[in-house]
Amino acid sequence: MNALATRAPAPAPAAAWLPCGTVYGTLLNFQRERDLWAPRMTQPPYLAAPQAPVLYVKTANTFALGGAAVPVPAPVWLGPTLGLVIGEYEPNSPAAQDGQAPAAIKNRVIGGVTVSACVLMNDLCLPHESYYRPAIRYRNRDGFLVCGTQPVRATQVDLATLRIEAWLNGTLVQTLDLATLVRDAATLLADVSSFMTLQPGDVLLLGTDCLADGSRPLAQPGDHVEIRAPGFPTLSHSLVAQADEEGGAP
Amino acid sequence: MKHARIAWAGALHDAIESDGQLELLTPAFRGQRVGFDDVVWLPPLAPTPPHRPRTVLALGLNYADHAKELAFKPPEEPLAFAKGAASLIGHRARTVRPAGVKNMHYECELAVVIGREARRVRKADAYDFVRGYTVANDFAIRDYLENWYRPNLRVKNRDTCTPIGPWLVDAADVHQLSGGPMALKLQTTVNGQVTQQGSTADMVFDVPTLIEYFSSFMTLYPGDVILTGTPDGVVDCPVGAEVVCSVQGIGELQTTMVSEPNRAPAPAP
Repeated sequence: MNALATRAPAPAPAAAWLPCGTVYGTLLNFQRERDLWAPRMTQPPYLAAPQAPVLYVKTANTFALGGAAVPVPAPVWLGPTLGLVIGEYEPNSPAAQDGQAPAAIKNRVIGGVTVSACVLMNDLCLPHESYYRPAIRYRNRDGFLVCGTQPVRATQVDLATLRIEAWLNGTLVQTLDLATLVRDAATLLADVSSFMTLQPGDVLLLGTDCLADGSRPLAQPGDHVEIRAPGFPTLSHSLVAQADEEGGAP
Repeated sequence: MKHARIAWAGALHDAIESDGQLELLTPAFRGQRVGFDDVVWLPPLAPTPPHRPRTVLALGLNYADHAKELAFKPPEEPLAFAKGAASLIGHRARTVRPAGVKNMHYECELAVVIGREARRVRKADAYDFVRGYTVANDFAIRDYLENWYRPNLRVKNRDTCTPIGPWLVDAADVHQLSGGPMALKLQTTVNGQVTQQGSTADMVFDVPTLIEYFSSFMTLYPGDVILTGTPDGVVDCPVGAEVVCSVQGIGELQTTMVSEPNRAPAPAP
């Protein structure tokens, strides 16, 4: 979208938040996964450790409301993460819903970028071994970005110490510790925005992590997932078996 | 019919091509004609609804000759990546070449704009879901290429680096051509010299196959765009170069290469 385009204000019920801009995901941004990958980074096909942030786009078709039953064709990797919502005060921002006057709302400038809110996300994807040139069908399937029901104002989140938990059918399966990010929020925002403008409404995901053994938590149809973090409404959703046949090319 | 979105007289307008001019569709100016030189050309894409960012998909290695050029066997599955719509700019715009890069090249591509929500679409029905076609130039900066989630966004998702336009040409106009959208000549010139020539007939995965493929796992919405890849013949574009990407019957998309602001201009050759 060009800078001259306008966006009509969108009413958003409190329990039905979805991103209104482009969502960028980040890979290899937790120290544990980066360390586990390190010996392979100089081997083919990678040949060198990544210098810039490793990014991808979660397209609009992937957006799913909190509480959704997400159809999956096979077991999926869970991807609990935190999304940073870019931009100034908007009429449908969480602060507005608090009934505050716009003048009283404090955005946070992090890494030179204005961030209004943070939101829990579950960045689902189909398992894939290679990070070289994975097919888009792993990450960009319908419903594969489950979005927190309610963003929390960025001024209320301690990004340096936040811990995010993934619970699968009532059992804790993963804990993310934002203190172990390779690029913290400020560094990531600065590095990404050095070559592309993050527009109001865009969301930058801080990254997903692997488990201690390098694997990722797997979930399958019938499973119930909760993403929890202190100060955030719990993001819960389920997975269901994909009903219809997938036609089409390979 | 050829559609454009332009800025003129302090506002945005939808317009159509009419006898070598732009005819405005805005109610206040309906029927007014303005010259191509008198407007700012924007991407010829209607805004998407609130809460639905535009999906921009792009193909890598989707021409048999381009795959050969890069010593890569044609892929068995479309090699696609997604871009942010913020990188789109219009016709006759300026694309910034970062200081110090050695290889920044254009990629002339047929762009498909989706017209109807598409999910689980069969190849035979795919053209029914196309709104129209335009030209895109999916610039790449090879200096920044890294082998992690290729092509990485630093190469492919920079501000100003995806010119698109000038026209959105109605699907029916293209489908009635002999060979339809799969027999169109592509050409790029740099400062008037032809540097790239190809035909959409050489696509590894043609437009109906791509729509079937993508819609098998992701819903495509009206206004979403598929950039279908580029043929052989990409060359470095220095600051000052005028790059024109053409697709037969669709349009000629002109871009001027500029340096980063606050940097010394490139030395004279």
